[in-house]
Order: sequence, then structure tokens, then C-alpha cells
Amino acid sequence: MHELGIMTGVMDAAVKSAQEAGATRLLGVTLSIGEMTEAIEDALVFAFEALVEDDPFTKDAELTVNMIAPKSICLECGHEFVHDRFHLFCPECDSFCTQLICGRELQIDSIEVDLPDGDPGGSEGSAG
Amino acid sequence: MAHIDIKQPILQKNDSMAAELRQRFAENHVFVLDLLASPGSGKTSTILATIDALRDEFNIAVIEGDIASNVDAEKIKAQGTPAVQINTGGACHLESAMIKRAVDVLDLERLDLIIIENVGNLVCPTDFDLGENAKVMILSVPEGDDKPLKYPGVFQVAQAVVLNKVDTMPVFDFDDGRFTEEVTSLNPQAPIFRLSATTGEGVAPWVAWLAEQIRSVQ
Repeated sequence: MHELGIMTGVMDAAVKSAQEAGATRLLGVTLSIGEMTEAIEDALVFAFEALVEDDPFTKDAELTVNMIAPKSICLECGHEFVHDRFHLFCPECDSFCTQLICGRELQIDSIEVDLPDGDPGGSEGSAG
Repeated sequence: MAHIDIKQPILQKNDSMAAELRQRFAENHVFVLDLLASPGSGKTSTILATIDALRDEFNIAVIEGDIASNVDAEKIKAQGTPAVQINTGGACHLESAMIKRAVDVLDLERLDLIIIENVGNLVCPTDFDLGENAKVMILSVPEGDDKPLKYPGVFQVAQAVVLNKVDTMPVFDFDDGRFTEEVTSLNPQAPIFRLSATTGEGVAPWVAWLAEQIRSVQ
């Protein structure tokens, strides 16, 4: 259920940034989602499609989700390792004292937009 | 087509409100506990037993999150403890804006502990910061020893795990050794408290841990 809430927040931010940049249409949204969060890619896509379809400004937008695999550092031996959701102990020294470096991301990375005719385009970061 | 970098946390609104709340709680020396569990695991009973054990030393209030009804808040109030009911109206978790509205009606200055009873759900509440000092996860014996494998996220965000209804262990096929192993591999630092909120068995070590946490912010 909460993917819809998450995606509503994403769309609010994406549309606001697109409008601030003077865009005529939103064409794409790219997210980074850590695998240690409870957000499921399929449910995010489903919520996105439901939210964009009724508005001409957003209806052609596509969602790209970059899933981020969890990675931790061992606080005892310093070893960095990629792992699944279940095994967080250090594969080098078996220590349980590890700290997650990434894998809990819930981030909007970027958007793709159409700018009005006459605009040269490629005006990166023009949203300010 | 133009590319615009955003690099913004999706839950920014929730997280910045949570940060504001955390500061308010710190300024008022209130310890805030966010309790996560499934429906029927004994959250309210555990809260009642906890209040009973700590009420002489600390001023306590409870924020009750439920999809509907004020059944739980009434139970807490009947014990003489202030309780604010939040009805999420179908939403599967509490968010920091809801906590802010509840906190606004509480007298923070005179409180030592706020217990937030989150919506009964082992999935969604784990991603939402409420400005709490600690999230604690309650699992009850009848739910089974395999839950850490099925819902790893909630066991990982918890600073402590409570195993409730231990008095029913003999009638359920619950492998405590396996459960401990699973929790430890997901969250090695979290202590596990085995208790029965209704018989009172094992409540003492849990409340001793909580009391220590409360004193650390005073």
C-alpha cells in the first residue's frame, strides 16, 4: 500500500521541478531504491502508472528504478562487502559489528522533461 | 529533451518533520518509543504492562495509531494515562505529520516517555522516521519463529525485539533457538526480551532496559 504514498511524493517533487524548469511535459523519472527498504519495484511502477495517466503533462512519463544492493563495512576488520537482506555479518572475519553503507536509499535521482520550442534544451540544472 | 538532476530523498517531507520532532523531544527530555508489530501480537497489553511497571518513576503518554476506532486509546486512558488516538483511515503506517498533530495536544514539558503504538503491520512502518529515539519490534509466539526470515526489514530497524506471549510456548511449535539465531544474524546488536504481558513473566528486564533508555535522555 505505501508505494502509492511514496510515489505521490515522488510525483509532487518531479512535477514541481519540471514546472520550475519551464517544461511542457514530464518524460521520465529516475529513482534509486535500496533493497533493504520495504518499497517493491513492481508496486512502485504500478503506482507510477496510476498517477501519471490522467494528466497530459505527465501521461507519457516513464519510470526508471535503480535498485541498490546492500553493502556494509566491517567495523572490526574494515572489509567492505555486498550482501543480501539476511546476512549482514562480515564474510572475512565473521564479526557482527558491521555498518550499512548503502541499501536503504529512497531517492529521486533525476527527471527528463520536454522544454518549449526555441529552448536549446540540455539546460541541465536549470530548475535551480 | 532535457535532463534535470534532483537528488532528493523521496521521504524528505516526512524526514524533515521527523527531525523537527526529534529536536522537540530532545529539548523536553522526552524519550519516544515507536512500537512495531502485527495486529494481535499484544502491543496494547505490552504497553499496559510497561506503564504499570514504570508509572511511579516516569510520566508517560501514549499515541495510538489504528486504521479505525479508539478502542486502544480508551484502554490506556482507563489506566489513567493520557492517550491520543490517530486514525489513519486506511493508511498502513504512521507518518511524522500525524505524530506532530498528536504531540501538539500533549504536555511535552511534563512527560518522560511517549509510547507510539504504530499501525499493526510488519512492512510499511519500517521506512518511516517518526522522530523517535528507538523503534522496538514485538513478535508474539503464536505468529511463529520464521517471521524474521519473512519480514527482515522490521527486525533490522528495531533497537530491541520483544517476544511476547512466551507463556504459550508449550502449545505452539516455536523454536526459540532458531528465532534467536535469525534475529541475531539480521540485527546482532538488538537485545531480545522474552515476556508475557498478561502474566507479567519477563516484564522486569524489558522495563529495566527501557528505564535506562529514558534516563539517558533526561
